[in-house]
Amino acid sequence: MTGKYLFNKYYNLSNIISLILFIISIFFLIFKGLNYGVDFKGGTLIELRSDNTNYKTEDIRGAFNKLNLDDLSVKKFGAEGDYVIKFKRSDLNEPDFIKNLKNDLDNYLEDYSFRRVENVGPKVSAELLQDGVTAIAIALAAMLIYIWFRFEWQFSIGAIVAIFHDVIITLGIFSLLSLEINLSIVAAVLTIVGYSMNDTVVIFDRVRENLKKYADIKIFDLTNLSINETLSRTLITSVTTLLALLSIFFFGGEILKGFSFAMILGVILGTYSSIFIANPVLVYFKVSQKTLIKEED
Amino acid sequence: MLYFSRLKIISIIVFCLSLIFFSISNFINNEDFFLKKKVNLGLDLQGGSYLLLEVDKNPVINQTLQSKLTQVRNYFKKKEIKTFDYKLGKQKVLFKSDTNDQEKILELFKDDNELNPYFDVYKSNQYNVELIDNIFELTLTKYGIIEIEQSLLDQAIEIVRKRVDEVGTNEPSITKSGSNRIAVELPGLDNPDRIKSLLGRTANLTFRFVTQNTDASFGSEKLKNLDTGEELNVSKRIIISGDNLIDAKPQMDNINNETVVSFTLDRLGARKFGRATKNGIGKQLAIVLDNQIISAPVIRDVIASGSGQISGGFTFQSATDLALLLRSGALPAPLDIIEERTVGPDLGEDSIKAGVLSLIIGFILVILYMIYKYRLFGLISNFALIINLLMLLGFLTIFEATLTLPGIAGIILTVGMAVDANVLIFERIKEELKKEKNKVIAFDNGYTLSRTAILDANITTIIAALILFVFGSGPVKGFSVTLSIGILTTLFSVYYIARLLTSLYVMKNKNNEVTIK
Repeated sequence: MTGKYLFNKYYNLSNIISLILFIISIFFLIFKGLNYGVDFKGGTLIELRSDNTNYKTEDIRGAFNKLNLDDLSVKKFGAEGDYVIKFKRSDLNEPDFIKNLKNDLDNYLEDYSFRRVENVGPKVSAELLQDGVTAIAIALAAMLIYIWFRFEWQFSIGAIVAIFHDVIITLGIFSLLSLEINLSIVAAVLTIVGYSMNDTVVIFDRVRENLKKYADIKIFDLTNLSINETLSRTLITSVTTLLALLSIFFFGGEILKGFSFAMILGVILGTYSSIFIANPVLVYFKVSQKTLIKEED
Repeated sequence: MLYFSRLKIISIIVFCLSLIFFSISNFINNEDFFLKKKVNLGLDLQGGSYLLLEVDKNPVINQTLQSKLTQVRNYFKKKEIKTFDYKLGKQKVLFKSDTNDQEKILELFKDDNELNPYFDVYKSNQYNVELIDNIFELTLTKYGIIEIEQSLLDQAIEIVRKRVDEVGTNEPSITKSGSNRIAVELPGLDNPDRIKSLLGRTANLTFRFVTQNTDASFGSEKLKNLDTGEELNVSKRIIISGDNLIDAKPQMDNINNETVVSFTLDRLGARKFGRATKNGIGKQLAIVLDNQIISAPVIRDVIASGSGQISGGFTFQSATDLALLLRSGALPAPLDIIEERTVGPDLGEDSIKAGVLSLIIGFILVILYMIYKYRLFGLISNFALIINLLMLLGFLTIFEATLTLPGIAGIILTVGMAVDANVLIFERIKEELKKEKNKVIAFDNGYTLSRTAILDANITTIIAALILFVFGSGPVKGFSVTLSIGILTTLFSVYYIARLLTSLYVMKNKNNEVTIK
């Protein structure tokens, strides 16, 4: 009695693959780093729309290049004619900066408008980054303490390993693809943490129930049984959440794209890790009926 | 878990209906509707400007230390304790005394409230005193600085409010942020340049004489005349300042055909100004704004009426702005703009459209999938989901919460996750139906056995959402608000609405075939 599908046969293989992906991600995060947006790096972001269809990205870039801006980047942004321009700026207090910039730009471009302007000073961006990291760290700690109270410490470790796996690999993919990290990605990462935890908790809940029921089944098979019993739920929930997220990704507009992409990665990784990462940890710690009983004394 | 008393059923219905009632005001034009509350749209959705200003406290700290230096010197003179070599260091006051007085001086700084005020609230003095190499070092304590920051912030926010109100933008929101910042939200404003230039100026106005020789008691300084470009030597003695102004407005001067700013002084100011103009006929008067001379007319007559004009080559716009600044008063300290976000109204509109479109599509996909998976029970869970969303909207309306783009994402996520709870229950019931012949018991078991997993999962998510609310910044907060309220309404809709409908159906069909697909 171990369930229809033998997930546990692949524990070792999947752990090796995950470990490799994890190390590659860490490698990318250290050596390539993340592409921070103006929220975290400071600087100015302008979303520009031009009604002149003859313009190409090079034309827009060329025009901005003539304005002597530091660290300039010009990218297409969603719909035809929309661009995002980012650059560094030392002084935010020059009140006429945008007005002057427009005046200068009028020499090189026509039929354009600024749809969005964001200026973030270096002090604020440093704080936003720190706040973001603090929020994620505290949320992680709080959730783990909750799991520890509700289950046993071994389960808590299983959950934390799974979550680190999801978050690090998601960030690794963001680094690999040079996708922008901004405030909404912090929200996405926290939601990934929540989702992955959610998935893990559902399986752990079944493991705990089965531990009480079957004294004679070893944890290796018991986890497999529990995964099988909760499998249809895991899949259905992943599909529904993915449906909602895919609709944000495709129809939610350019600003939510990064957010939904991070979430989609997170849901896929979270579903995988709750099965193939969190459960092997229980096996590794040789969790048994005694683990639960000891605690209840 | 399938039994519901009649009273319970009625309370559930009443609770749902009242929240749905609140949500309705968002869909209809409620000019004549007696509930005026609506969910506010964030600046990212309706367009507008957000400015974060930081009060630069350093000039004020230097001023405070400067006057502290004078106070301390006079204090010891009065006490007949010899102190000397007073100096203003970096954020500190330095002085010396005779070696045998040192103990006594330290003692006085500890005990005398006049010399070193004690804040009961913080259990701390205003100043720290240390004796280093026989030199006394007087610095502000942490709480001394907080005290300054708070009073600065209180004054500054008043002035900022006056200035923004005078410009007349639509429903501005001006709030304190942290110990030394002011957040200004200006809905609908797509070009904040004017507000920025108005808030970026301290608007410290003084009237002083231009002098040739250096004034003995007050000294003088060289200031630039913006009108002519020349540098003038201006006395530091202030005749009147912006504080004495009670009104200022732009005016067309018909004689010279130029725009001027006319002002009215209060009684004290009028008297001082009258005396100064009487004694100073023929002298040049400098009108100084933020250390720059805006005009320097020669006094030709006594001005006793307490009103006058400032001319300085103004355009109508710059005269209007100057009058506005003078009316609102001077800021106690310079403000730095440290963050600015402006979203044009058409982008906001696009974002709403995209957000709502993706919400509807995601919602329809989820609904269809649930019907495909669970047939009738899918319908039940979809019905509960719709009520869930309306209740969420009702709560947002009651709290008059602000809906941002990430907030919409939070709602979509609620849709995705709300379904999870029902899936968990239905899957468990399916399992139980295989083992248990009695349908009612199987359904009951399904609900009971899935409960711990659902609660644990939702509590962990709400922990994440609440922490995001406390530590998250700006638009991300909107995400955590909708997500955390969404989780609560989800739990309610799953355990009270969906369970009630399931139970009614199962009880009615006790003896018929019941399957969850």
